[in-house]
Amino acid sequence: MSVSTPAPGSSTPMSPAVKTPSSGTRRARPRSAGAHRTRGTVVKYAVLSLGAVAFLFPFYYMIVGSLRKTTTGDLSSAVPSGLTGSSYTAVNGAISLGRSLLNSGIMTIGVLLCTLVFGVLAGYALAQLQFRGRGTVFASLMLVQMVPFQLLTLPLYVLVVRDYGLGDNYVGMILPFAINSTAVFLFRQFFLQLPQSLFEAARLDGAGELRILWKIALPMARPAVLTAMLLTFIGPWNEFLWPFLVTKNADMQPLAVSLASFLSNLQGTVANPTGALLAGACVLAAPAVALFILFQRHFTSTDIDSGVKG
Amino acid sequence: MTNLRSAVTAPRAGTAVVGGRGPAEGAASRHRRLTTRTGALFVTPYVLFLLVVFAIPMVYTLWISVHRFYFTAPGTHADSPWVGLSNYRDVFTDPVVGRAFLNIAVFLVINVPLTVLLALVLAAALNAKIRFRAFFRAAYYLPYITASVALVAVWQFLFGSDGFVNHLLGSHAPDPSWLVNSHLAMPMIAVFVTWKQLGFFVMLYLAALQNVGKELYEAASVDGAGRIRQFFSVTVPGVRPATTLVVIYAIITGANLFSEPYLLTGGGGPDHASTSPVLLMYQKGIEQGHPDFAAALGVVLVAFVLVISLAARKLTERGN
Repeated sequence: MSVSTPAPGSSTPMSPAVKTPSSGTRRARPRSAGAHRTRGTVVKYAVLSLGAVAFLFPFYYMIVGSLRKTTTGDLSSAVPSGLTGSSYTAVNGAISLGRSLLNSGIMTIGVLLCTLVFGVLAGYALAQLQFRGRGTVFASLMLVQMVPFQLLTLPLYVLVVRDYGLGDNYVGMILPFAINSTAVFLFRQFFLQLPQSLFEAARLDGAGELRILWKIALPMARPAVLTAMLLTFIGPWNEFLWPFLVTKNADMQPLAVSLASFLSNLQGTVANPTGALLAGACVLAAPAVALFILFQRHFTSTDIDSGVKG
Repeated sequence: MTNLRSAVTAPRAGTAVVGGRGPAEGAASRHRRLTTRTGALFVTPYVLFLLVVFAIPMVYTLWISVHRFYFTAPGTHADSPWVGLSNYRDVFTDPVVGRAFLNIAVFLVINVPLTVLLALVLAAALNAKIRFRAFFRAAYYLPYITASVALVAVWQFLFGSDGFVNHLLGSHAPDPSWLVNSHLAMPMIAVFVTWKQLGFFVMLYLAALQNVGKELYEAASVDGAGRIRQFFSVTVPGVRPATTLVVIYAIITGANLFSEPYLLTGGGGPDHASTSPVLLMYQKGIEQGHPDFAAALGVVLVAFVLVISLAARKLTERGN
């Protein structure tokens, strides 16, 4: 369905039904249809490839730039030559990658655990259990997804860092993201789809709700759990503003924060600053990209592919 | 949007099922009582989370915004006298605040049309029977899942004064360069964010395109509409709910903008050329120690987001 093929008034090969005689499009010269199809396909691939280059080139540049001995802005830097890992060593010396990665990992895993445990409970309750205030909780869930989170950072900063004294503390880093509302919504949607009768039967057999959730609902919810985990992962892993506010101590900073401080004021301390910066960027990007490539189809959710023709 | 709406009405259907159970009346009511308590118990941690992370901070912002508020050293206490609307007066008379909101307007004017156009074109191309679909999809999605900080590092390098793009352009390179040019700093941020988020909207449009009936294309083609005509009179109206979502999402992104102006244009660009309201909240509230001013600015920003989200929604849904 390319937009760029100028074929006014002629038959279009985009819909399968065009080929059937009853569709009435046969009156347009049948011989040119093939030509249009080829031209349309070429345009489609051209558009898609151009897009792919625009999307992938910065990543390519990031990797090549991080591996060169000297990384400058000129065009030759896009060509891999004299590759070395020295930029990785340099950035590691300036911001201690291991420690930063550990902090990013603790923050992310903390968020994942809280979201899984409390999110599954909340999602199950919202989908399958009756209780007073259920409508209100669900309405709040929807509302929360509309509130720009950054707007709350100032009062949260005052509360968490000043009042509760949780600055430079993992609990303080995790707290604002602890339960991902989108994941709760996802769990609820999934549990809603499961047949009621399944749960009723278990209830009549005297199983408690926690047991039903653990033994029946959760094993079936594996795809939802995986999607929610991937979706939740990229948030805290990539987050910058909140950990930037909460952590002043370099030993507590997650990689996004230490890399940003390297970007704004530590670059002068290494021999090949651009290379070192790009090396840090590669390390920060790698886990999310790797997870994405491994579990790609879960990222894009099932409904996108199911209805595709052809 | 349709998903959300059906999701909202769903619990009522669930209630009907439970209420309508006839035979096992005694057991059912016992279970209902049981689940009442269990359900509330299950949802308690999430409710506490919503209170602590959303409700209390929101009320607290309102409170701070009408008081003179200072940060104090731990263990010390300072009075916070009521000052009425004076923080709001400061916000409205500060020229930098006006500039920050203007910057968001520039951001939206560039980001929204560019996102809608590019995402729709790429989604339409991807929607056809095509080889390497998984590859293209992954390529478009990659920036969306990658950390802003990592991507900002690359962009700074690509668009720096001595960067790749300027070497490519030679004497046509802008002077001062992209990120330090007061006219180009904000558009650069808008383009960066468009690029970073586009994959998400390509996926959104791809899903929306599945819901556009094939018979509409057939009918249009019988009427003699060419591909371009079909695109504008079938595809574009067909994915309108997704477009509304794009606009609302862009507004929320604009309102949240912080890392990009802070890192990409070195703390807001020349003469606040790319200062965003949230960046200003950080600078005024935390760097300069005026949290009361920042809180009032936050309240104004929320009001601004609500008003233009509603207006945008009216505008994009008018055609229906």
